[in-house]
Amino acid sequence: MERKDPRLLLQSAPLLHQGMTTPQAMRDVWLALLPTTLAALWFFGIGALLLLLTTVIAAVGTEWVFTPPERRKVVLGDNSAALTGLLLGLTLPPGLPLWMAFLGGVVAIGLGKTIWGGLGGNLFNPALVGRAFLLGTFPIAMTTWSPAGDPAAFFDLSASLLALPLQSPDYDAVSAATPLGLMKFQQQGTGFTRLLIGNTAGSLGETSGLLLLLGGIWLWLRRDLDWRIPAAIFASAALFSLVLFLVDGSRFPPPQATLFSGGLLLGAIYMATDPVTSPTTPRGAWIFGVGIGLLVVLIRMFGGLPEGTMYAILLMNAATPLIDRWTQPRIFGRGGRRP
Amino acid sequence: MSTEKDLDAYQEFIKGIWRDNPVFVQVLGMCPMLAVTNSAVNAVVMGGATLFVLVGSSFLVAAMKHLIPKQVRISLYVIIIATFVTVADYTLLALLPKVHKELGAFIPLIVANCMILGRQEAFASRHSVRYAVMDALGMSGGFLLALLALGGVREILGSGSLFNVDLFGDGFEPWVIMILPPGGFLTLGLILLFFNWFTVRRRAFLQRVAALDAEEG
Repeated sequence: MERKDPRLLLQSAPLLHQGMTTPQAMRDVWLALLPTTLAALWFFGIGALLLLLTTVIAAVGTEWVFTPPERRKVVLGDNSAALTGLLLGLTLPPGLPLWMAFLGGVVAIGLGKTIWGGLGGNLFNPALVGRAFLLGTFPIAMTTWSPAGDPAAFFDLSASLLALPLQSPDYDAVSAATPLGLMKFQQQGTGFTRLLIGNTAGSLGETSGLLLLLGGIWLWLRRDLDWRIPAAIFASAALFSLVLFLVDGSRFPPPQATLFSGGLLLGAIYMATDPVTSPTTPRGAWIFGVGIGLLVVLIRMFGGLPEGTMYAILLMNAATPLIDRWTQPRIFGRGGRRP
Repeated sequence: MSTEKDLDAYQEFIKGIWRDNPVFVQVLGMCPMLAVTNSAVNAVVMGGATLFVLVGSSFLVAAMKHLIPKQVRISLYVIIIATFVTVADYTLLALLPKVHKELGAFIPLIVANCMILGRQEAFASRHSVRYAVMDALGMSGGFLLALLALGGVREILGSGSLFNVDLFGDGFEPWVIMILPPGGFLTLGLILLFFNWFTVRRRAFLQRVAALDAEEG
């Protein structure tokens, strides 16, 4: 039979394998997060290590409990549960009691992942589900920040970390406000260099903008993330906050502060790009990212909370199936213009 | 009317508690289930009021089933139910004004509880008074137990107490989410999950036993 359309090219085996596997992608993300994790240790001391270990152990343990014995080796082998635990840990305040962090890890995997059918089945980012649960359950403990410590106090453990299960934490050290809190409640900016380096109060892994960007660029070079999503988030958040800044410079922070404060970088690079919970089409990725950027600025500037990255990503996660349906590319040979 | 020979009053009672539990199996009456179960006391009062309304209206409907014209039966059921709800509403207002205030609109809303209307249409209007009352007792008993399970869990975690008795002492950190609406959804979902898991496991176990029996026999 004569071939009618020269663009229709059918290939037979052997086809090229892309070479990327799930465990490999997870390893890349682990490596990309290494500098951020070390920075968390440097700024917040041994307590940060304990918190991160707790969330990782809780996440892996929960995955182990809820996986049938014969599948444990495969399911746990890709390190995705441990990565969820690490990401959750990086979004927690440094003085959070360990039992709360453990609960967060259990919820992240239990309610965020296994209940949907395991890796690839979840609608929402598991780490953020865990964090949202913790923020709703313990609103005070989740918004009490200790200042980024000096390295001399590396081995000092805050008493609040070791609160017994179900007991309220005891805060011994002075609490500090995050750059976003300062901006929202006291109209006080934070220097850009400090935001870049990260010696400010905040969640464990969100303070150092530079290291987060570094990991993001490495992931982009390794083709582990869809660059459109963080690019769209940065562009829309920066543009929206520039407009607001020009309208009223005393009330709203400049765009560079919007990008580098709070969890925006951490969320945009490591959580919004989760391939399971973000759209698969390029056009969908742009819509998804722009939506997150706009929501983040909207919640931060006009909402009751100083930070909105988590809810912005969760909301757009919920919209992902819809975006995917809208942006389906046209099936070859159907629809379109008739000649 | 159906044949009543093969009915057993005890079976009609027990099916509402477990096998056909209105909440965990039929997933009916979700509105009071989620809205008023933030403490065990509220749950019990709500369950008690529902029990009174369901038993009373099942009794009346079963007794008057031959007098009710088919065409207007639903509106008559609703009038009967509303009568009992009004009685329950004013009784609670007189006896437990504090709880009545906390339950707010949800006492009058018992009228709209689909479980109650469903029992009238599906059971009370087709059976004799004796079985209708047993069925109503079982269904509302199952509803009460479900409310109590949810309210108990939410009060223990959300306030650290059960029936207003402190459980954990002063240092307890309340799980704020548990007394808010999301806590209701989460707890109900987890209980439903457990219920389904248990049912599946039980069925698998019974099948295995039956297979073993067949092998030996």
